[in-house]
Amino acid sequence: MAFADYPTAPPHSDVRHLPLLVQLHDWVVTVDHKRLGLMYICTGLVFFAVGGLEASIMRWQLAFPSHDVVAPEVFNRLFTMHGTTMVFLFGMPIILGMANYLVPLMIGARDLAFPRLNAFGFWLSLFSGLLLYFSYLGGEGLSGAGTAPDVGWFAYAPLTERAFSRGYSTDYWILSLLVGGIGSVATSINMVTTVLCMRCKGMTLARMPLFVWLLLVVAVMILFAMPPLTAAQVMLLLDRYLGARFFDTQAGGSALLWQHFFWIFGHPEVYILMLPGFAAASEIIPVFSRKPMFGYAAMVGATISIGFISMGVWAHHMFAVGMSATANSFFAASTMLIAVPTGIKIFNWLATMYGGKIRFATPMLFCIGFLFQFLCAGLTGIMLAATPFDWQLTDSYFVVAHFHYVLIGGLLFTIFAAMYYWFPKATGRMLSETLGRWHFWLLVIGFNLTFGPQHLLGILGMPRRIYTYAPGRGWELLNLLSSLGVVFQALAVLFFVWNVIRALRQGALAGDDPWDAWTLEWTTTSPPPEYNFETLPEVRSRRPLWDVKHPYDPDWRHE
Amino acid sequence: MLFTVGSLGAVKMFDNCERILYCRLTPWLQTRRTGPATSSINAGNMDRPVHLSNIFDPVSTPAQAILELSWLVLWICAGIFVIVSGLLVYTIIRFRRRRADDDEPPQVYGSNQIELAWTVIPLLTVFVLFLVTTRTITAVQHTVPSAEALLVTVVGHQWWWEIRYPALGIVTANELHVPVSDQTQPLPTFLKLQSVDVVHSFWVPRLAGKTDVIPNRDNQMWIEPHEPGLYLGQCAEYCGTQHANMLLRVTVHPRDDFDRWVAAQQQPPVHDPSVQAGRDLFQATACVNCHTVQETVANGTFGPDLSHLMSRATLAAGVVDNTPQNLRAWMRNPQQLKPGNLMPDMKLTPQELEHIVAYLVTLQ
Repeated sequence: MAFADYPTAPPHSDVRHLPLLVQLHDWVVTVDHKRLGLMYICTGLVFFAVGGLEASIMRWQLAFPSHDVVAPEVFNRLFTMHGTTMVFLFGMPIILGMANYLVPLMIGARDLAFPRLNAFGFWLSLFSGLLLYFSYLGGEGLSGAGTAPDVGWFAYAPLTERAFSRGYSTDYWILSLLVGGIGSVATSINMVTTVLCMRCKGMTLARMPLFVWLLLVVAVMILFAMPPLTAAQVMLLLDRYLGARFFDTQAGGSALLWQHFFWIFGHPEVYILMLPGFAAASEIIPVFSRKPMFGYAAMVGATISIGFISMGVWAHHMFAVGMSATANSFFAASTMLIAVPTGIKIFNWLATMYGGKIRFATPMLFCIGFLFQFLCAGLTGIMLAATPFDWQLTDSYFVVAHFHYVLIGGLLFTIFAAMYYWFPKATGRMLSETLGRWHFWLLVIGFNLTFGPQHLLGILGMPRRIYTYAPGRGWELLNLLSSLGVVFQALAVLFFVWNVIRALRQGALAGDDPWDAWTLEWTTTSPPPEYNFETLPEVRSRRPLWDVKHPYDPDWRHE
Repeated sequence: MLFTVGSLGAVKMFDNCERILYCRLTPWLQTRRTGPATSSINAGNMDRPVHLSNIFDPVSTPAQAILELSWLVLWICAGIFVIVSGLLVYTIIRFRRRRADDDEPPQVYGSNQIELAWTVIPLLTVFVLFLVTTRTITAVQHTVPSAEALLVTVVGHQWWWEIRYPALGIVTANELHVPVSDQTQPLPTFLKLQSVDVVHSFWVPRLAGKTDVIPNRDNQMWIEPHEPGLYLGQCAEYCGTQHANMLLRVTVHPRDDFDRWVAAQQQPPVHDPSVQAGRDLFQATACVNCHTVQETVANGTFGPDLSHLMSRATLAAGVVDNTPQNLRAWMRNPQQLKPGNLMPDMKLTPQELEHIVAYLVTLQ
């Protein structure tokens, strides 16, 4: 291949001594999947900090009844920006970044199929985020209404129509998601093509690491889920500026139409965010249990079923809109059905650990935290799938608790697991285990303290998205506990930041394969050279490094 | 996590403990409140009893039907939690790596029988859950109004509730009054839900699940309360700046009490000659464009009907108690009590304000 004679420097060469401007220029013009992956991840982490700050202000406001920290419209902007940021500017970039960095390394490829399309996708993502946050400066427009958008992250019509959202803030929201969505679709096409066409010799679909399988399903899901959102955003823009009447109820439009469009995107989106978490867990749990993934085929099958079923559950977000009993029953059934493949996954991870020799390194700790917390999230999910129970729980703090157990307890914990696991590969240095344990335990305590009590707040009738509440409803103590948890979570994140900075400066050298792992990314240097592999590898099983390390009992004899 | 699921299971006990706990803690928590702008006005709230809106303490037929299903789902989920987390804990402890043991454990790749088992058992569980769910959905959704049922129309506005009793000729706001229903004389109340602007959601947890209030669409729900009392709820779908202060109060009356309330509401507004100056002023300002006082020129429908204003317990959709003092503060600057609400500051002089307040407090 042409890549072979590409002039590249070996790792740790004198690249670091180039002038800063040249180095920065290199990052801006790069089409290397690893650099783009790291930039995706860094973008995600910066927006994670911003979104977390927004959440902290909200929790400070809600810590006491009738607490007056921020004005109502400021609070409404905060939860809109928090939701949009965490889903579109933290979740999406970080999973696409992980995919970008790891998929080519895991399938023994030199880059993604379309490196320049990849760079295009990243820059669209970044600028969609900057566009959204520019609304704080530009959203006021000429009519003097609002700065950042304050319509909630699912922006239910007709609140987004110009009659109710004056100024330009909602337009920033629309355009930002439109731009980001195009970026995600571009990257997904790239990912699907890469996985299908660029696997190294011997890597059949059945020998791909589970991580790659799950990301393949995610990429396909993005291709199906994003277009409805993009279409809805275009329709909303037409409504706002060209007098279309799709969602304008005062002119005969339909408020429910928006909800259907949004959730046809929105529910698959939950799995788009969650499956990469499962993907990381499916790599980490086997390595630290010292056993291959139990039921590889079942895991792949379960993932594909989740992909399919998730396209048919969207209206469980709409149980309270007054659908017919038949529609309500259908969506209850499909939603409960998705618990089956999800359960299979949990059982398979459990079976992988069973009979192993579990090493409790930080990545594994985060995976174990994930298993417990995601179990809770799944079970509250079943409660919400029971339509009548949902009539009580939806739009209450119970739902807030539920999806934070999914997205923090589930996704964020696996993202941190992945960070600790692959950081040595990306930087060549180990993160500190001691600081990692502090990070883990503070986050476990803080997270459960914040979101555990919120289940009970929902049961006691506290609706979500309220900027204040009067005393005397029984919500004071639980809200205070919930806000206290934020302190622990913030400390945990600080430990992580400290750990990363410390490791970059003086972390122990990692070597190629610090975890004694089995997939291809551990065969190359840490960090990998620009061309990834000196010679393209050839595999005979799902665990090529196991075969190398155990030549007398290789995997390919058993698979 | 155990904390969460455990507390869910014990929520009935929790309910009682909480009442005690909050009675003790509430005064302390209230002293922590800040916000000088509102604290003096909210002072009336201090002595209010704790009003829990616990969905596990229903007093109305649909909420009870939901709770029966909820307990079943909850127990099944609790069972799954105990089994799976128990297995996890066992695995983590039993199969931890011991010191100086670097041998690889036996490599197990999977087992079709086991995979089949943990596919089929969840499938059966889900099937059972689906059947009981559908039964409750049908029971709640397919109930049709009986001949004697009370029909009420609830209209969502940014950020208050308009409540109309078409058969009784009553229009009020934010406070729904319904008769109690008992087994000898069932008397459910059916609510037709409409919105004039954006999506809201009607939720009084102890009476029924929530139903969204959607513009350009008629939704329906019903309640059948068995115990007289005051039940609190509020808008549950984000609807703009003051979503948090779109509160609902449902008063369930014994039959004769309800009849008295109806009779009082059906009276024409009080015409007190001593407040003629205030009445004239009210009718000469833009107040009448948004508010109705029956049998006067005031026939606006954008804001709440004021014909029997003082029969209501709260102002501004539940933000403060309805006292002359709060009414004055509200009219002097509506944006202070409920920032962002759609009632304009009428720029009344202090004297005009006194006249209009004097008039309004006669509207019993």
